[in-house]
Amino acid sequence: MLETVAVASASRMKRLTPGMRLVIVGVLVAIAIACFLLLFIRGGFWFSFERRATMLGAMTIAAFTQGVGTVVFHTITNNRILTPSIMGFDSLYALMQTVTVFIFGGAVLAETEGLPKLITQTVLMVIFATLLYRWLFSGRFGSLYLLLLVGVVFGLAFDSVSVFLQRLLNPTDYDLLSTRLFGRMSNVDDSYLPLAFGVCLVVGAVLWARRYRLDALLLGRDTATAIGVRHKREMTLMLILIAVLVAFSTALVGPMTFYGFVVALLAYQAAGTHRHAFVMPMAFLLGLLTLVGGQFIMEHVFSASGFLTVIIEFAGGIIFLILLLRKGTL
Amino acid sequence: MPSRTIIQTTSVVVVIALVAASLFVGGYNISLGNLFTDPAAAEMFLISRVPRTLALIFAALAMSISGVIMQLITQNRFVEPTTAGTSQWAGLGLLVMLIVFPEAPPMLRMVAATAFAFAGTAVFLAVLRRVAVRSSIIVPLVGIMLGAVVGAITTYLAGTFNLLQAMAAWRSGGFSGIVRGFYEPLWIVAIVAVVAFIVANRFTVVGLGRDLATNVGLNYDKVVLLGVTMVALSTGVSTVVVGFIPFLGLIVPNIVSMVRGDDMRSNLPWVAMIGVGLLLACDLIGRTIVAPMEIPASVVLGALGAAVFIVLVLKQRRTVSA
Repeated sequence: MLETVAVASASRMKRLTPGMRLVIVGVLVAIAIACFLLLFIRGGFWFSFERRATMLGAMTIAAFTQGVGTVVFHTITNNRILTPSIMGFDSLYALMQTVTVFIFGGAVLAETEGLPKLITQTVLMVIFATLLYRWLFSGRFGSLYLLLLVGVVFGLAFDSVSVFLQRLLNPTDYDLLSTRLFGRMSNVDDSYLPLAFGVCLVVGAVLWARRYRLDALLLGRDTATAIGVRHKREMTLMLILIAVLVAFSTALVGPMTFYGFVVALLAYQAAGTHRHAFVMPMAFLLGLLTLVGGQFIMEHVFSASGFLTVIIEFAGGIIFLILLLRKGTL
Repeated sequence: MPSRTIIQTTSVVVVIALVAASLFVGGYNISLGNLFTDPAAAEMFLISRVPRTLALIFAALAMSISGVIMQLITQNRFVEPTTAGTSQWAGLGLLVMLIVFPEAPPMLRMVAATAFAFAGTAVFLAVLRRVAVRSSIIVPLVGIMLGAVVGAITTYLAGTFNLLQAMAAWRSGGFSGIVRGFYEPLWIVAIVAVVAFIVANRFTVVGLGRDLATNVGLNYDKVVLLGVTMVALSTGVSTVVVGFIPFLGLIVPNIVSMVRGDDMRSNLPWVAMIGVGLLLACDLIGRTIVAPMEIPASVVLGALGAAVFIVLVLKQRRTVSA
């Protein structure tokens, strides 16, 4: 009985257009958000609502930056297993933050709170990431595994250098820095949220305008060049956008290694197409669904609200290993 | 290219100089002169400097010998306790002990760390057996990812039980807190090192692969089990006493192999010596660069080791593709 239902729904899934699939997932997300915001409120409504709304904002940013960022990263690197986090992007972000504080001191950090500082650091990060990862993805590494290994070890090295520099800081500077580096979904600094939303909107608009070029990039360097896409320029631009997304993701919710990977993987399955016009929104929606729905269930069914990211990371790590070990699925 | 003898003589001299430096560099003024005339200096020397230097030596022995053994067992140049997840498992064991039995004496913590390290290494080897492509690159990758998953669990558990700070102190392990009475368990590592010398030839044969090893009459599984036990023991013990020491087991055997070739028995003294020299150098850098504060040797080693690792990987690729 159950099997026939599953088969029937599977065949119906095949007939669904990508647009319909987006709508279905969108409705599910809306339901999840409504449940998350409105159900099981104990005590004052507004107090609870405000806290949950902030958390929802952080989740939205996380879902967008990680989900869409990973999909774009997959497209430009021409594989479906690397993610910005696995390649050490967020370690790089932590390193850039540390270096900034190390050179300019925590006082400067506090004085130029907000926009200028965040922009300076993001720019630094973008320059460095673009140079480094352009070198990594320039094709001189040949094997994907080698690329992945070098990226992973870069991440470890960045971590070590960060810790090294953090040890040299005085305690005040270190305190200022550590509040920047260890964001968490449940206690997000809400002064960052408007800026983060703005950045996500801009990046989203740029990506949306370039959705067809991204499709072309999927065909590989030669074909993309042949049909008139300036491959090198597009790749640089995309790396810059990814660096921006990762910077905001890490600043707001802290590092998440396997979340983007899981979300992108689900999005390819659920979207039913390779076109970025559908895959990118699908990744965002599924990312949001995972976080909001997961948080709701963890909080009210298992009353263990802190476990969500760990479960995602743990399951994601296992899935990643399985995929890595299965030959030919890369 | 200078001859092998010159390189080897120089490295012996350098390592001896490093041991001496480790004994005499530090906040408290101790010199050869006042060591025998000033009782306070002599006391300080015995309480702090000697234990610290010995701890460094033993920890370096533990990690570099573990590296050699693991590289032979997996037939892969890039495997060592941190790239196989063994150290992360040992850390998880330590944490679990802190949670369920906070008052546990160091001995019990070591047992837990060793047991977890053993289980973790076994898991890693079991996973490797299932790998279809035994590309030399994918092996450390799997290990690092396994380590990352275990590390995520450890961080989470530590966060839940308010032990993050204890774990951070452990992760960036240091030798600054080592005084008399703390480092003694590391003598276990010395025993492991002696065993490694005795059975070195068997590991060399294991390094030729299961079929060949069985053909020449070696009980392959038994020797692998012995190797994993030795690795788990030395990683577990040094983890509890001094913390996480990344990449040492990777750099040292590879450098020695570059100069001397691949005979484990005759390489082992050199591996031990270069390992000791490298860790001492990192510790000295960490001790002097921000004096009177300290940067843990493992942090220095992590940055340095990662760079060397990438160079090694790229270099191997060039020789393979050439």
